[in-house]
Amino acid sequence: MFPLGITPYLIGGIVVGLGVGLIFILTGLHATQSSIFTTTLSWFLKSRHFQKQSNLEERTWRLYLAIGIIIGALIYSLTLSPTGFWTTAVPLWRLALGGLLIGFGTRLSGGCTSGHGISGLASLSTTSLYAVMVFMGVGIVTANLLHLLGVAP
Amino acid sequence: MNKQQLIVLLGGILFGFGLSYSGMTKQEIVLSFLKLQDLGLIFVMGGAAAVTFFAVNVVPKYVKKPHYGAAFKPRRATFSRNVIIGAAIFGVGWGLSGQCPGSAVASLGTGNLPVLVGLAFMFIGAYFRGLLDKG
Repeated sequence: MFPLGITPYLIGGIVVGLGVGLIFILTGLHATQSSIFTTTLSWFLKSRHFQKQSNLEERTWRLYLAIGIIIGALIYSLTLSPTGFWTTAVPLWRLALGGLLIGFGTRLSGGCTSGHGISGLASLSTTSLYAVMVFMGVGIVTANLLHLLGVAP
Repeated sequence: MNKQQLIVLLGGILFGFGLSYSGMTKQEIVLSFLKLQDLGLIFVMGGAAAVTFFAVNVVPKYVKKPHYGAAFKPRRATFSRNVIIGAAIFGVGWGLSGQCPGSAVASLGTGNLPVLVGLAFMFIGAYFRGLLDKG
């Protein structure tokens, strides 16, 4: 069940929570992830969906959040990472098709593993709890089906 | 950059460091969770949610308002059919690729550049969501 132990997972999760918590305590903002697709597109697309007031208000700080995340991951890769930089072997067609479904699905659902899974659960939102149960259940079924069909990794 | 943006940047650095430290920028590790071979991801989400729970529910009892923001509010999404349909579609994409929005952004910092393709398609998916929104 835990071939790599639980320590790196738990420590990493706590550090993620410290980042989300720091931002919330000092700014009141929820540092969630999938909104960035919609708020960034608001710079280019003029339809009402993208021009909502909340998108315009959030689009700048969400870019700072993404830049911070990239810097944090870069610092890890240059310091503690036993493998240094690292590249996935998941084929491009799966990254692309998966990405398309992730972008569409998270924006339809109003959250992702961070919005529903971290901030939503931490806020005791039952809506987010249902969303987490659905995407985890469907994700587990999908990954196992692919595995049974012999698609690797 | 104003002070609020600086705090978001610093919090983002912790977020990205934690995500990569916990292996979430390796799509293979996320897929091994979804194949139920390595359940560690539960501790990433649980550990992050537990610390965030403290920030969202306990701190506002003692601090009136955020120093660089308007107010403390929990994140409460309104339930609708779309929440569930969207979560199911996200689940298929997650199980297919091992990516999610936050870990895909963090992957860029770990040199995992094929995920750029996944990120580009996430923007395209969000664009299609906008096309279908008649609200």
